[in-house]
Amino acid sequence: MIPELGRAAVLLGLAACSVGAVTGMWAGKTGREDVWRWTRWMALAFMISIAVATGLMEYALITHDYSVKYVAEVGSNETPLAFTIVSLWSSLDGSILLWALILAIWAAVFAVKLKDSHPEHAPWALGSILLVGVFFTFLVSGIANPFERVPSPLDNGPGPNPLLQNHILMIVHPPTLYLGYVGMTVPFGMGCAALLSGRMPTSWARAMRRWMLVPWACLTVGIILGGWWSYEVLGWGGYWAWDPVENASFMPWLTATAFIHSSMVMERREHLKGWTITLVMATFLLTLLGTFMTRSGVFNSVHSFTQSPIGPVFLGYLGVMLVVSVLLLAARVDTLSPPTAKLEGPWSRDMAFLGNNLLFAAFTFTVLLGTVYPLLNEVMTDVQISVGEPYFNRMSVPICLGILFLMGVGPALPWGRATFSTLVSRLAVPSGLAVAIAIGCVATGLREWVAILTFALSGFAGAVTLRELTEPGRQRASKLGEPLLSALMQTWRTGHRRAGGYVVHFGVVMIAVAIAASSVYRSETEMTIREGKTKSFMGYDITYTGTERLDEPHRWSRVARFDIDKDGENLGQAEPRLNHYKKMNQSIGTPTVMSGLDEDLYLSLVQVDPEGKMASLSVVVEPLVIWLWAGGGVMLLGCVIAGWPTRRRREDAA
Amino acid sequence: MSENNAGQRRLALVVSLLVAGAALAFVSFGNIGENLVYYWNPTQLVEAGNKSIGATIRLGGVVKDGTVDWQPDEEALAFVVSDGTEEVSVQCSGAPPQMFREGIGVVVEGTMTQGGVFKSSRLMVKHSNEYKAPKEGASVEDLYDTVESL
Repeated sequence: MIPELGRAAVLLGLAACSVGAVTGMWAGKTGREDVWRWTRWMALAFMISIAVATGLMEYALITHDYSVKYVAEVGSNETPLAFTIVSLWSSLDGSILLWALILAIWAAVFAVKLKDSHPEHAPWALGSILLVGVFFTFLVSGIANPFERVPSPLDNGPGPNPLLQNHILMIVHPPTLYLGYVGMTVPFGMGCAALLSGRMPTSWARAMRRWMLVPWACLTVGIILGGWWSYEVLGWGGYWAWDPVENASFMPWLTATAFIHSSMVMERREHLKGWTITLVMATFLLTLLGTFMTRSGVFNSVHSFTQSPIGPVFLGYLGVMLVVSVLLLAARVDTLSPPTAKLEGPWSRDMAFLGNNLLFAAFTFTVLLGTVYPLLNEVMTDVQISVGEPYFNRMSVPICLGILFLMGVGPALPWGRATFSTLVSRLAVPSGLAVAIAIGCVATGLREWVAILTFALSGFAGAVTLRELTEPGRQRASKLGEPLLSALMQTWRTGHRRAGGYVVHFGVVMIAVAIAASSVYRSETEMTIREGKTKSFMGYDITYTGTERLDEPHRWSRVARFDIDKDGENLGQAEPRLNHYKKMNQSIGTPTVMSGLDEDLYLSLVQVDPEGKMASLSVVVEPLVIWLWAGGGVMLLGCVIAGWPTRRRREDAA
Repeated sequence: MSENNAGQRRLALVVSLLVAGAALAFVSFGNIGENLVYYWNPTQLVEAGNKSIGATIRLGGVVKDGTVDWQPDEEALAFVVSDGTEEVSVQCSGAPPQMFREGIGVVVEGTMTQGGVFKSSRLMVKHSNEYKAPKEGASVEDLYDTVESL
């Protein structure tokens, strides 16, 4: 029954979505209230149908109904329940279903939230969003149909990819990333609405920003969780390898970040409208490109599940959307209302934002080039190559340093005109701090200029950020004679968007320091230890005490035990393991990470000889890694502060 | 500010953006050229001869039977990678992964040295969902297809 019911729910969703797309455009064109109401109902019907379909799929997964094709592909009777539930996103067809579900949820939330506001734009926007939904639902109903009936079902399956059932982060990383990735469709639809209606009022710009903020926050967290997952699971002690699938999530993040900044210029000075909308469209197109790259099998990775016919369809859709976006932009960008104020230069925040946007655009370009170059090369010359990590590192370091620098300069500058002397007076203390940090680094024996420069610029940006966070509160306290803490809280509450933004900046500073320290001062080695013997690395004494075999229904694991001592102090036992998944004939390691505030000790088991007398380990010592994850938490906190709903509902209705 | 002046400023802005864009493209392409990783099989590697020395190469093939030499105390691993036609000696640093054995498909990343030995810092064992021993002479693309790399 499930195959038929599921298919029916998907087709119902496809119908609702298609009708909604048409009525949305119609309502946008005519402004008819009744047609707009229908569009909203269609969005809700779309959401409910796809939610039912997803629920049926989960039911089939949990009850091991192998007559459903997708369950036959990823299910197994031995997989633990939690990983059975999340195997919805462990293979191609299920992940596209999840994609459709998240898009449907975004569309429905958008429909409810914008029921009575922005009548000129909201129908166009919802129509555009649903139009994107039509494509994905079409995939689910056709070539990526997870509900296909298996003619003669078996009574067990292979289970999900071992890499994807090895760690708890697999439960949260994909949905978070999807929420962000798919959520970029909403600002895209809103950008289309601005172009289709030919108007871009400040209220709509502000609404767009808010609808970008939530997916951006999800994408940020999703990317960091992905890095964390790769650190905890893959066993090479790194979190980022400029892999095509990582780049696929990073590129839209870059353009979305640029958008968040340029939209502030747009809100305030009515400037950069065309550019800002271009960024929104680019973000969406890059999510499509990323989906194509990760789902079509053109790259080999854990994300490209299988060679699938979905690739060409996706490429075609990407092409169509690219042409539509360019045409729409070209035809309508001139009709957006002209700026009310000149861009001030060169010592103004406007210019800092412009510089920030150029750097983000350059960053996107270099990552895009490095990612698609092998594909283009293979198409043209039939030679298989890939672009090595050094390219990305060499290109991104100067750009990131530039961004870090502007993160300090920009907030210190006022909007509009400013003189060089204000700049000097406002930047004196932070610059002094940066110089002091650099001198301190050199004095303690550090010689690597990339790390020193990053630490100095981080101090610079951090100091400016801290002052921007506290200055309004301090002024208020001295003016009104309030206690400092309550004055600070008061200014953060009223100016929560601003405060949240600076908290995000603070998270970025933490991440910059963590990345620089952990990549520049990383040390690694491989060692083979005989039972009972000790080897040392970077002050850690590692003693191999023995091995043990653990059996579970779906896998067996070889656990090797090591006693870890540092400076004569016992840090406890490390138990890295190798898990052997029976049905896949694959060994996947579970490394042990001993995290400290100053550095991580990372042990990953490479092999144990059959008698267990000898164990080979890869050992990595990396400083400050924990601050990378903490920085991600701070960024999320900043987003929550900035996006916290206020009682000022009037601006929605404006 | 006069019209003319504003026009000049805009022109200067556009020109400087174009120059910056061109410079970025130039630097990027130059940088890419220096950091390419080539996907080759032993036959291609042998054919390339001395031209291959120094370039970063991902060599795919099958570990030849009876050639694995693993010295745990020196952390040295040596074996021969074959594609059925040609063979290349490979030296790796570090221990072989648990799944490593004779006759299995591997991809090693590294460089060719003057002495004709391929020095590798990275060894990846080919995994397949339905595991079959790779056939001698399996195409290198087939091997890459099933390598689980991230």
